[in-house]
Amino acid sequence: MGQRGTRPLIVTAACLVLVACNPTQSALHPAGDEAAGVAWLFWLMTGVGAAIWLIVIGITVYAVLGRRRPTTEWFADRFILVGGVAFPTVVLAALLVFGLSLLPSWTEDEAPDVRIHVRAEQFWWRVGYELPDGSVIETANEVHLPLGTTEFVLTSPDVIHSFWIPALGGKMDAIPGRTNVLRLTATRPGVYRGVCAEFCGTSHALMAFPVVVLGPEDFAAWLAGEALPASGEADIFIANGCGACHVVRGVSETGSVGPDLTHVASRSTIGAGTLANTAENLRRWIAAPDAVKPGVHMPAFAHLTDAELDALVRFLGGLR
Amino acid sequence: MANEVTPTAQAARLEATWARPPGWRMFSDVNNSAVGVWYAVAAFSFMMFAGALALIIRAQLAVPDNDLVSATTFNQLFSLHGTVMMFLFAVPVFEAVAIIVLPAMLGARDLPFPRLSAFGFWCFVIGGVFVCGSIFFDAAPDAGWFMYPPLSTEQSGIGADIWLLGLSFIEVASIAAAVELIVGVLKCRAPGMHINLTPLYGWYVLVVGGMILFAFPPLIAGDFLFELERAFDWPFFDVRRGGDPVLWQHLFWIFGHPEVYIIFLPAIALLAMIVPTFAQRPIAGYSWIVLSALGTGFLSFGLWVHHMFTTGLPAISLGFFSAASEAVAIPTGIQIFAFIATVMLGRVVRTVPMLFAIGALAIFIVGGLTGVMVAVAPFDFQVHDTYFIVAHLHYTLIGGMLFPVMAGIWYFYPFVTGRELRKHLGIWSFWLMFTGFNVAFLPMHLTGLLGMPRRVFTYGPERGWDWLNLMSTVGAFVLAAGFLLLVFDCVRPRRAAAPRNPWAAGTLEWLAPLPAPGYGLRAIPEVGSRYPLWDDETLSARIDRGEGLLADAEEGRRETLVTTVLDAKPLQVLRVGGPTWMPALAAAGLGGVFIFATWKLWLLVLVSGAFFLVVLLRWLWTGTAEIPEKETKDIGDGRRLPLHSAGPYSTGWWAMFITLTGDLTAFLSLVFGYFFFWTVHEDFPPSGIDGPGWQWPLASGLLVLGGWAATLAARFANARGAMRRARFLLAVGMLTGAGSIAALLAGPWLAGLDPTAHSYPAIVWALVAWIALHLAVGLLMQGYCIARSIFGRLTPRHDADLWNVTLYWHFTACCTLLTAIVIGGFPEAA
Repeated sequence: MGQRGTRPLIVTAACLVLVACNPTQSALHPAGDEAAGVAWLFWLMTGVGAAIWLIVIGITVYAVLGRRRPTTEWFADRFILVGGVAFPTVVLAALLVFGLSLLPSWTEDEAPDVRIHVRAEQFWWRVGYELPDGSVIETANEVHLPLGTTEFVLTSPDVIHSFWIPALGGKMDAIPGRTNVLRLTATRPGVYRGVCAEFCGTSHALMAFPVVVLGPEDFAAWLAGEALPASGEADIFIANGCGACHVVRGVSETGSVGPDLTHVASRSTIGAGTLANTAENLRRWIAAPDAVKPGVHMPAFAHLTDAELDALVRFLGGLR
Repeated sequence: MANEVTPTAQAARLEATWARPPGWRMFSDVNNSAVGVWYAVAAFSFMMFAGALALIIRAQLAVPDNDLVSATTFNQLFSLHGTVMMFLFAVPVFEAVAIIVLPAMLGARDLPFPRLSAFGFWCFVIGGVFVCGSIFFDAAPDAGWFMYPPLSTEQSGIGADIWLLGLSFIEVASIAAAVELIVGVLKCRAPGMHINLTPLYGWYVLVVGGMILFAFPPLIAGDFLFELERAFDWPFFDVRRGGDPVLWQHLFWIFGHPEVYIIFLPAIALLAMIVPTFAQRPIAGYSWIVLSALGTGFLSFGLWVHHMFTTGLPAISLGFFSAASEAVAIPTGIQIFAFIATVMLGRVVRTVPMLFAIGALAIFIVGGLTGVMVAVAPFDFQVHDTYFIVAHLHYTLIGGMLFPVMAGIWYFYPFVTGRELRKHLGIWSFWLMFTGFNVAFLPMHLTGLLGMPRRVFTYGPERGWDWLNLMSTVGAFVLAAGFLLLVFDCVRPRRAAAPRNPWAAGTLEWLAPLPAPGYGLRAIPEVGSRYPLWDDETLSARIDRGEGLLADAEEGRRETLVTTVLDAKPLQVLRVGGPTWMPALAAAGLGGVFIFATWKLWLLVLVSGAFFLVVLLRWLWTGTAEIPEKETKDIGDGRRLPLHSAGPYSTGWWAMFITLTGDLTAFLSLVFGYFFFWTVHEDFPPSGIDGPGWQWPLASGLLVLGGWAATLAARFANARGAMRRARFLLAVGMLTGAGSIAALLAGPWLAGLDPTAHSYPAIVWALVAWIALHLAVGLLMQGYCIARSIFGRLTPRHDADLWNVTLYWHFTACCTLLTAIVIGGFPEAA
């Protein structure tokens, strides 16, 4: 039969893809303990599953096409009993015990290395870093975390979202009216990518964020930098009412409906992981955000002149 | 009488009695062989529509950053694709196939309530066209097929209402079919077909019908709450006013997971008929299969939370639902191994249905294995809401449903049309579908693990998912080509005529000449084995000579036999309905209620509702609980059976009981909602909002007991011959029942409960409204019985209506009491 011929081909193809693909958003290229456990479990289950599939389909194809004598009732009964009852019961019980051992086992009193508050909104992420004194430094659309255990406190003001960093571990929903907690343990420094996994409206597809895993010292240094206020020629920003929605600490702290922009120039993307953070893309975004991200809440600033746009982009570009 | 008429004349009378009306009037037919085929054609039309939507989805995702369709269109496309495939194809096609073949398999002439089947069919077509048509007006549902609030409650446009009301309307059809099929299997088997001789297909229909009764009502209750929020701003799912979006997820998946098995089991049932035929021997492990089907049905209600593993549940829930989800693989495995054992016991005839059956197995086992994987909660945390799940669910549904249905179409095509499909086209079609499917969906497992979430309208080129997606798109088109080839084969001209019993099968549906006539068999045989055609070689000749039961239609009435549930001993000759426009008109009226409600055109809703009620009453008045011209009738072997029965011996009483079981489930889902709010809130009922108090609910409870007792007493009085007294008691029942409604409404009304203020008053009002509506229907029923009695259509001897109405009141009185205790007593206790 054809299936037998195509299987090895598919496995080969799969291996090629794994080498060729982009690993930053992959559950099969783990950079954390939770993801590593699940990736290992996946390969194990796939191996066993492929073997079971080959055996069952092999028997079926032989029974249909093979030159053989009909089996006896006695054998058929044993076949159903062993194949349908005994074997699956044993395998599934073993899988269950092993699989559930991977469930998170931490308790309330074990403190994480860092606690990050993530508020998922249509279609971006409000990110707050909790300091030891309980105060929170707010940023947006990029998550930095140190090696070790990070606790994410997940909420949503509008609809249900789901916070997922495949390289570090499983996802957790952010549900209006509820607070969910997810702990992930990063083990490998690098730049990864997270996304919203629960369908949340028009631009659900464009709700991502870069994830930067740093060594503990690097993280502390980064956080100290993030805590500093910004400065710059903010007239254009204030004159056009940008401050009604965006906070730039040290410059304008009136409205906070949209993402914090205090250190926006240091981020690698804009529009929640949608566009690379370049001057050209910033212009495009400000003039017509809806063209980049349909359904976005930010209004278009198409009426700005080229000179005004230049000044605004220059101001934002200085917010390092 | 029978020996005065020649067998040829008898056959002609049978033929004339069951003939389909000519011309355009054929659509007034209600016979299962007509309605079933329309049902199947409609279901496949919707399936092709949803398939076309899927091809647009795949075209959009073929390359990164594609702009073939906009984000808003894309979101409508996938929402409608899932909705149509699940609600307008997967479940209805089961009903369609069952309506076509079940009576023949059981040796019945028709299902017990043909007009109900026709009503269900017309509801299905009207609702289906309404839901599908929305996309041409850019008004389709756009929040995914499970419609999670608050996105769907607070941000969706008219599409959400179309989804809620259109599908609620179609669910009426599903429940109607379930009632019909359950009663059919239990009460309409040929004499001697003891329950353990019932073809496996019948067992599966029984299990699935039962599952529909317990699975669809929670969704109907959910839809009810959901539409109350959308239309009247009652905040069941709005967290700012004490609601909780997770309640919808529970109600949806309590429906949604059994739904998967409601789809899967009937398809497996087809294989349970096909495999023994081509192995040319009885099925191995009959009892194992029956027990496994029951076990699957039972377990499927304990798995729903595995769709909610990432909502932040405690570890104990994760563990429990992981274990239950693994456990359901065991009965499924038993069924598959029993089929393989059957094949091993025989020598296999190589046919196209067997090819599709093996293909189904190869695909379904992959879906089953990935199902076992995602049942492990930590693995699910990674792959939930990704393309891995998209791959998994398509492997289970296409392997577990589409391929077996293809096998079933090939197998039953000669039965329905009397023609044969062409073997080489079937083989081509199989390989195109099989290859296309795997090329499309196998890579998706990997796409998901590489991080692609489901329901994204686009992705960037740097993600590295481009050629995996391109491959999936190519595969999807190949799959579609294979399917279209099969469709072409089914409709092409000059198909060869099929011989009688073309597959040399052993079950009763293959006894008749092909295409099978509307009345089924020439005469109804006594059955003594599971495969009567194999075990009794003279059967075919005897039945052709008209040697059997009910071989004649001497009064020109459509008749079938009713037998006992376990032993299939003949009980009654049931006269079933003939052609009429009533079901189609009733469906149009009810459809108007749902469709006009979408646009809040309340006046038209009322007009439509009144029209529905008038048609329904006329239908009942002229077509049900008819008093026969004679008490008994010879069924052909000297036995005389009654033409009428009432109470637990009648099919109508069973249908009422089964319907009320479903209705009770919906009501209990609302009560579940009440207590769900109590568990998620520290303070429920919230301080500051006064409840309805205990006095009015108590009064309502006492009055409903009065209404119930009066109805019961009326039945006893009528049976004793005291008809005037019975009418008086029914009138008393109507008064106390009306009093109960008034008292029930008075509680929250006088307490000034504002349903838009908070989830607590909203759920109290929802319960009260639900019960008030049911009591109002109860009053209508009592009034109907009074009228029937006055016009001589309800007599001491012929009292089926009164039995059924009393049964309705048993249930409704219980529900009213429970409501009174919950809304009146619970706040005091809490």
